[in-house]
Amino acid sequence: MKKIIVEHLKYRYPQAENLALDDLSFEVDEGEMVGIIGRNGAGKSTLCQALVGLVPHFYRGAYGGKVTVAGLEVMRSSVSRLSTKVGIVFQNPFTQVTGSKWTVYEEVAFGLENMGVPRKEMIERVDYALHLLGLEDCKDRNPFDLSGGQTQRLAIAGVIALKPEIIVLDEPTSQLDPRGTEEVFRAIHRLSEEGMTVVLVEHKMEKIARYCNRVMLLDEGKLIQFASPASVFSREDLTRYGVAPPVYTRVCRELDAKREGSPHFPVTLEEAREVLKGR
Amino acid sequence: MTRISVKDLAFSYRPGEEVLKGITLDFDGRSTAIIGQNGSGKTTFVKLLKGLLKPTRGEIHILGRPVSEMTAAALAPYIGLVFQNPNDQIFKSTVLDEVMFGPLNIGVDPKRAKEKALHALQMVGLAERAAENPQDLSLSEKKLVCIASIVAMEPEILILDEPTIAQDHAGTATVRRVIGRLKEQGKLVMTIIHDMDFVAENFERVIILHRGTVLADGDPREIFSRRELLERAGLGVPHITRLGWSLGRTKTYLTEAEFIRSMRGEGAADR
Repeated sequence: MKKIIVEHLKYRYPQAENLALDDLSFEVDEGEMVGIIGRNGAGKSTLCQALVGLVPHFYRGAYGGKVTVAGLEVMRSSVSRLSTKVGIVFQNPFTQVTGSKWTVYEEVAFGLENMGVPRKEMIERVDYALHLLGLEDCKDRNPFDLSGGQTQRLAIAGVIALKPEIIVLDEPTSQLDPRGTEEVFRAIHRLSEEGMTVVLVEHKMEKIARYCNRVMLLDEGKLIQFASPASVFSREDLTRYGVAPPVYTRVCRELDAKREGSPHFPVTLEEAREVLKGR
Repeated sequence: MTRISVKDLAFSYRPGEEVLKGITLDFDGRSTAIIGQNGSGKTTFVKLLKGLLKPTRGEIHILGRPVSEMTAAALAPYIGLVFQNPNDQIFKSTVLDEVMFGPLNIGVDPKRAKEKALHALQMVGLAERAAENPQDLSLSEKKLVCIASIVAMEPEILILDEPTIAQDHAGTATVRRVIGRLKEQGKLVMTIIHDMDFVAENFERVIILHRGTVLADGDPREIFSRRELLERAGLGVPHITRLGWSLGRTKTYLTEAEFIRSMRGEGAADR
């Protein structure tokens, strides 16, 4: 089932001269985990905002084409209606904290309260989200007393508690240590296996290669390619779009080590080991 | 020469919960990366160095001056800190004013302050954005503005809290170049960072903080060779190091170039 359908989406911010999104068309199936890559300014964050309706409802500007998420047409649906189907974790986690709650626990419950979820279910969902993000020990702390990494986990937990059909994450691990990053990717990957559709922006290409089933390369608001990690990361012209492939792909390219019977270079540690062992 | 000396430094935000538990360290001129899990006390540690927090125990000397006897303002000409969250740092209405704010505050005259600010903006590649409102910039650009703000003050010691957050390939290269320039100028550059590839390529010394104590202190090759210790501290190794190990190599590779040379047999002895 198609969870996201984007047809000829064009968007320009108010007072901007250029299109931030320039004629994008693509579809994402239920349970897919899609990574969006591209240089800063390519349109990655804008696309995220367009999937949850902040573009155009909050930012205004010039909008064309059609975006349908979980059966709702974004242009014809309010942000609050959309928020029951699709959640977003902002790039800067400090922006996501509401500032209206005294504890981490209540902060995670904020969205659920607004949706009028029954108390019993609310407690279950908050506990689940806190557990998934490893925040149980911080649940009674003030959200503003957390470290950067904890704040980022909190931002993710608040959205996961809403159980959206689609979750959009804009650099969800930027403040996290390596173990925390791995844990968050595993948690998100598990959600996608359970059927949640995941769209994420990330600069950690090794993680994208490892966890995403498809990668979308954007540049100047245009969709350059939307395909498997191996196919996108093997592009010879990738650096022209301001993106460096995973370390594993870079060294294998340098050593001219392709996967057997494949036109592509390895993108993960396991694949690189496979082609390089015995050398 | 010792630029920062830290003796038995302890700190707690709440009584009975020590975030730092008696840290003793000297910093010379070597560029230094402080790594550790979230919540291990890294940001707290650098805020103490900068005089933004007062230790519950212990002493810090910056360039021979006791931090306990100085205000944060009096320390500002010597040590600069780029905050983790740019929104905590930015408050002026143009990029140029933002970057001039520091130099002006430490008594640089307006003309010189402007020169320094423009020079710093050039270093981070944002000179052309000087007239814009910093709030209109992207997160990655804001972070570069914050770095420029500290560079413009020309302190002897610069601490960058998570400098590569939100940076793309080109942005990371810019941060690398800025750090290189500062090192050439003889500054002590310190950073808190989770990107181990960046640590391996750019820093001469690595300190692991773990639950408020120093778990290890050494050069990158030494630190990244200690697999069990890194595991215990919840940290990873650079991707290239891991690839080397997975192929059964004993050497701890720190850069791709090193690995490629070795694979081509140009450094056979390294295997």
